[in-house]
Amino acid sequence: MNENIREDLQHIRKMMEQSSRFISLSGMSGVVAGIIAIIGAGVAYFIYDADGSNYMVGFPEMYNRQMISRLVILALLVLAGALTSGILFTVKNSKRKGLKIWTATTRQLLLSLAVPLIAGGLFCIACLYQHYFTIVAPATLVFYGLALVNAARYTYSDIQNLGYCEILLGIVALFIPGYTLFFWALGFGVLHIVYGLVMYRKYEKKEDLN
Amino acid sequence: MSLINQLNKDFESRVRLGIMSVLVVNAWVDFLEMKEHLQVTDGNLASHINALEQKKYVEVKKEFVGKKTKTSYKITKQGRQAFEAHINALEKLLKG
Repeated sequence: MNENIREDLQHIRKMMEQSSRFISLSGMSGVVAGIIAIIGAGVAYFIYDADGSNYMVGFPEMYNRQMISRLVILALLVLAGALTSGILFTVKNSKRKGLKIWTATTRQLLLSLAVPLIAGGLFCIACLYQHYFTIVAPATLVFYGLALVNAARYTYSDIQNLGYCEILLGIVALFIPGYTLFFWALGFGVLHIVYGLVMYRKYEKKEDLN
Repeated sequence: MSLINQLNKDFESRVRLGIMSVLVVNAWVDFLEMKEHLQVTDGNLASHINALEQKKYVEVKKEFVGKKTKTSYKITKQGRQAFEAHINALEKLLKG
């Protein structure tokens, strides 16, 4: 009798979660995205160095056009790499779990991510256009964090805390101009790796044992 | 014994529990999506949904998408109350 009731309640919980939350998100995509971000931050530091500007001192008015365009290309490559790995690992994970990828929940998740991200992307383009270079990196952290907090209700709730951390780092970075690259590497690199590992252990490794 | 009487006979099957669970957290869910969540056959799902509809626990909406009909379901206020009472009864029984 008790066993039956327990199974009933488990079934109810599982159906509620599966139908309203995107649970194919793979922790490994966070780890890989984090590694790509750290490599990207390293390359960015070398681009500054090669240009003769010292990142830590940072006089925005002295940044030359060529260096800025190199940094923008690097940023786009990092974004493309992180997105590709994220999609690959998540698709793999959903196949392993036997779940469909393209559902109403997925669409809601993507929409709730997209609104803050697109607003943030346009904000950053405007910053480049207006030559407010120092706030681009912190702004990416803040808007990304807002996107995660907004989307968390459609996936694992851990994502919400990751979002709060990213927002906090971004805000702090806005006030410490010389260290934005460091904060950026911390937010997109280290935090992604830590959260990726935590989520992998919590949701994926456990199932392998069953 | 009285606790067991609080359990709703309409929710005895796992399929019906599944249908109600999905509808509690989603607004309108169509037949195909429901089938994917529950992993059951068309006939099985249809008969259980019919039973829930007759009890006025779910609301049914039919519309045309191109040439095909699309049937979607939503939980009623009555259905939500009955389902919550059922879960509470299950939890109480479990605690003993």
